[in-house]
Amino acid sequence: MPDQLLFAMEVTLNGLMAGVLYALVALGFVLIFKASGIFNYAQGVMALFAALTLVGIMDGQVPFAHLINAVFGTDIHHFGWHVPALLAIFLTMVVMVALAWAVQRFIFRHLVNQEPILLFMATIGLAFVMEGVGDIMWGADIKKLDVGLPQGINEWIDITTFEAFGYGFFIDNLDISATIVAIILVAALIAFSQYTKQGRALRAVADDHQAALSVGISLNFIWILVWSIAGFVALVAGIMWGAKSGVQFSLSLIALKALPVLMLGGFTSIPGAIIGGLIIGVGEKLFEFLIGPMVGGATENWFAYVLALLFLVFRPQGLFGEKIIERV
Amino acid sequence: MFYREAGDFSTTYSQDSQTFPIKFDRYRYYVVLAVAFLVVPFFINDYWANAVFVPFLIYAIAAIGLNILTGYCGQVSLGTGGFMAVGAYACYKLMTGFPDVSIVIHVLLSGGITAAVVTLFGLPSLRIKGFYLAVATLAAQFFLVWLFNKVSWFYNYSASGQISAPERSVFGVIVTGPNTEAWAKYLICLVFVTFCAIVARNLTRGSVGRKWMAIRDMDIAAEIIGVNPMAAKLTAFMVSGFFVGIAGALFFAVYLGAAEANDSFGIDKSFLVLFMVIIGGLGSIFGSFAGAAFMVLLPVLLKNVLVGGLGWPTDLAAHLQFIISGSLIIIFLIMEPHGLAQLWRLAKEKLRLWPFPH
Repeated sequence: MPDQLLFAMEVTLNGLMAGVLYALVALGFVLIFKASGIFNYAQGVMALFAALTLVGIMDGQVPFAHLINAVFGTDIHHFGWHVPALLAIFLTMVVMVALAWAVQRFIFRHLVNQEPILLFMATIGLAFVMEGVGDIMWGADIKKLDVGLPQGINEWIDITTFEAFGYGFFIDNLDISATIVAIILVAALIAFSQYTKQGRALRAVADDHQAALSVGISLNFIWILVWSIAGFVALVAGIMWGAKSGVQFSLSLIALKALPVLMLGGFTSIPGAIIGGLIIGVGEKLFEFLIGPMVGGATENWFAYVLALLFLVFRPQGLFGEKIIERV
Repeated sequence: MFYREAGDFSTTYSQDSQTFPIKFDRYRYYVVLAVAFLVVPFFINDYWANAVFVPFLIYAIAAIGLNILTGYCGQVSLGTGGFMAVGAYACYKLMTGFPDVSIVIHVLLSGGITAAVVTLFGLPSLRIKGFYLAVATLAAQFFLVWLFNKVSWFYNYSASGQISAPERSVFGVIVTGPNTEAWAKYLICLVFVTFCAIVARNLTRGSVGRKWMAIRDMDIAAEIIGVNPMAAKLTAFMVSGFFVGIAGALFFAVYLGAAEANDSFGIDKSFLVLFMVIIGGLGSIFGSFAGAAFMVLLPVLLKNVLVGGLGWPTDLAAHLQFIISGSLIIIFLIMEPHGLAQLWRLAKEKLRLWPFPH
């Protein structure tokens, strides 16, 4: 087989893996949008915040150490213990649930029945607050996140493909585990929403707020629940991205790419989020590989957005979205 | 007591339809203009010009531009940073390409070029709305910044990839380049701000502005009563682009002097201007000024109080600024969606009745 084709195949595979990560963030958007009609711009920052908190807890950092030091003139940094990864993930989840409650209680309860675009702007504000809080709580430096996932090149794929084609594919172990985790996560979410009482209530709310309210489902509880689940999805995404490229501010920008993913897949469809993520992941990697060298590279920054923009002009509701019906 | 329309009779139609029909408003406006043009230039120094006045004036133009699009026409844009970059690079190419033409004409022309580009990116607004459109404008933001970084024609093949403003003068006074006096920077920005504000104010209270507001309030109803949505939306994008382009050109040529697309016109600029518009007041020219002043003064204040006064490290102040501006956005959206401008309106309403309760 010609080299170029093999390269392209490798790029495609890597793109699929990257797409899984985009899809993970997009999933959080879809969940919140379906249940509450809020387009949560802060989902990316939530992933960053979750990852920061996880690293902070694992390393035994003192929260707000920088601020405390500045105010009281002390010099504290760490508690001096290391929390095992699983416990730290659990504790982070507790923080995310508390965050979900706070967001619901202090922001969106006051904005019920407002126009969607106002809610959207409120989530932009929320993103800024969380970014600032995350940085003040845990420090703004780039952190390494290691929860014990395998990293580095997958030898088996390398050797097998080398024997088959004479060229070893480079696939990161981390990407493979991310894919597996994503599959488990989606399966768990589907099981949750199909087979549990809470999940059924969630679907009812997504279907029709008022009807759900009238049969006795607490909207308040469901919204906290859905923000918590989104927080959990953000945590998983944060772990994967953080393990891949370090926990840093640019994480929230990468997570912004989930927006074009949603445009492609449609705002209300979980399979759409996944397929959209894969399309964007493969598309931008292939575009960078084929066209990138001709135009100076770094096309990954904008390709996803422009693709989504072009796509929207022809199919505004996305691939799997519900048809947008205008009623007067 | 002071602020009332009693005894203020208009005898001609032009008096009745002037911008500030109430005497007090009119005099206040003249006083503000007189102070800004005749008093401030004599007292301004480099620190005040660079830290407060010049950024305030330039951001006010950008905020007016975005306010026309978002506040008056209801089309949310997250691409302001990228559009400002268009203005800046257009201005740079014009300044270096035609050195004999006045900088004022260059700035206006860059406004025009930006208007064309923004209109192009506004085309999808005919099919998509709301946050779909917001994400579409993100495409403009990332694409434009990438374009200006990668295509070396835009920065005249300079090795650093930066653009830097050559020295240009208006009526013999240097207004760009490193040798500019503080008052010259201030005055050139002030002239443009005054021009933009007057144009914007008159556009928004004329038939074009009413069409924009009709589209914002309910586009289907507007279409039914005979507003052409395509024309209304595209003119909003065009006018907004013109102002944002002027702001970008001034930001680069007068304020920064040297710029690089990613650092100076990144997505944080888009959010900054959007925050100005939300805090200042959606759909208000005065609000654009109030919001710009607020968002320019906030970091200066925080820096002086926290770093200068309490001796905290600067990065902490920067993070606190994130938290404060984010929470302010949320608080304003919850308590007063029409922003500072609405508070001002309420204050005037109270003043009108004062000292009587009814």
